[in-house]
Amino acid sequence: MSTTDSPTTCTRADVCAAAIADAFKDDGEIFASPMGMLPMLGVRLAKLTSNPDLVISDGESLFLAGVPPLFAKGDVVEGWIPFRKVFDVIAYGKRHVMMGATQVDRHGNQNISAIGDFAQPKRQLLGSRGAPGNTANNRTSYWVPKHSPRVFVDQVDIVTGVGPARAAAAGPAASRFNDIHRVVSNLGVFDVNGPDDTLRLLSVHPGVTTEEVQAATGFDLGDLGAVPLTREPTTEELVIIREVLDPRSLRHREVPQEKSQ
Amino acid sequence: MTTGPRDKRMSIDDVVAELQDGMTIGIGGWGPRRKPMALVRAIVRSDLKDLTIVSWGGADVGLLVRAGKVRKLVYAFVSLDSVPLEPNFQKARQERTIPEVVELDEGMFQTGLRAAAQRLPFLPMRAGLGSDVLVNNPDITTVTSPYDEGVGHEELVAVPALRLDVALVHLNRADCHGNATYLGPDPYFDDLFAMAAERTFLSVEQVVDTAGLTVDTAVQRVLLNRMMVSGVVETPHGAHFTSCVPDYERDEKFQKAYAAAAAGSEEDWAAFETRFLAGDEAAYQAAVSAFTAEQEADR
Repeated sequence: MSTTDSPTTCTRADVCAAAIADAFKDDGEIFASPMGMLPMLGVRLAKLTSNPDLVISDGESLFLAGVPPLFAKGDVVEGWIPFRKVFDVIAYGKRHVMMGATQVDRHGNQNISAIGDFAQPKRQLLGSRGAPGNTANNRTSYWVPKHSPRVFVDQVDIVTGVGPARAAAAGPAASRFNDIHRVVSNLGVFDVNGPDDTLRLLSVHPGVTTEEVQAATGFDLGDLGAVPLTREPTTEELVIIREVLDPRSLRHREVPQEKSQ
Repeated sequence: MTTGPRDKRMSIDDVVAELQDGMTIGIGGWGPRRKPMALVRAIVRSDLKDLTIVSWGGADVGLLVRAGKVRKLVYAFVSLDSVPLEPNFQKARQERTIPEVVELDEGMFQTGLRAAAQRLPFLPMRAGLGSDVLVNNPDITTVTSPYDEGVGHEELVAVPALRLDVALVHLNRADCHGNATYLGPDPYFDDLFAMAAERTFLSVEQVVDTAGLTVDTAVQRVLLNRMMVSGVVETPHGAHFTSCVPDYERDEKFQKAYAAAAAGSEEDWAAFETRFLAGDEAAYQAAVSAFTAEQEADR
């Protein structure tokens, strides 16, 4: 497999980074909270290209004025965001979080609590973390680095992040600010605007077929005849990803390197 | 003759002597950050049992559930960050050795502490609506807003107060009266834990005189006032192996060894316990120093 750095070729991880950046491009001046490496890369790419107004943090307690490379210390600080203030911003609403998902289902519900029965799980995971509060209050997206039928399930075992149908069923207070925006995986990009607020495949990444996405998904995605390709990163974006944000190619640890076409 | 506020300095064992079976104990810090580990280790060594533990959890929860001290656990997550899933907590959940668990959203957890700190029975919140947090905790109910802001009378989660008998927190500096500063980037919720609790026992890296607290530190860093604090214990390295910056970072090598033992066989865990947890705090710190020296020598 080629690992050439010619600006005209790109890897799957590069495509994912641009797709994640696109999820944040129309957010305006809000706090972008990426959980995990590719979401961090995508958010910083968006801040350097489509949405310079994004507010980003070091993932601990500082708002960063600059856009440092992955895992580098920021130089100029523009604010303080300790955990207690994160909860304030969640309730305030000016935030878009991209979380991980051990399971995500056809209704856009997410599970990071446990696999199996809650009383005695087969596999205990992190716990609910902030997922219920995120999905009740601010825009929420998910990142899945390894798309499989075990992740994309018909129904999650435990609902931590609430999808639109569950939110509607819980009443107007639950659905008022519920905003599941995108699910980005290593194979494609989804929103929740399918029939009855279900997951809808918006695009497949270059080099992936819709049949492959369906085979890696544990529920029926419906008619995939007209699904377009996810856009490839521009030359400018590729330079930013490779030269500025991730010169050590850490992104390929999360999404193994392969040419997208 | 005038006297100052009282001196609240005490020992680790004095703190444990104040605790009783069945108590509800809140543990400050956040995940693998600034946890009162010296006090947690002392509870692990004690005869205490049937505790209710309230914690944004890290190895504090892992150690206590592995030692069988916990009858009820209230948490939103348990994680070591660089080791995402806490192996002792995982094992306890998967073997169902914690009789009762209350898993909350992490913002609900703050709201519950806030309600307790304000002596309210509950506070309303949006977090939790539609999620299985309400399914798995049927005692947590909703409340209908008496006000209509143009969207109807909203039905919100009535997050119940998380009342604590005792809070245990670890900060960087304190005076002998219980005024205390955090010197790192984040206060976490230690003031909230203190105000949600009947009594708070504070461990610190160093006890200094009152003037020393703010001589080279902004007064805004004085997180705890002495009226919130019942006892002060000086425990250098007392948050080990969690982070206590700027005094020290998380001990990643030790944490890795802890996680490997916790995830390993019963013999692996027994060996870890014998080496690190069998003695008092001084013995623990000596064993950690020896461990660190071995790691250095192996490089």
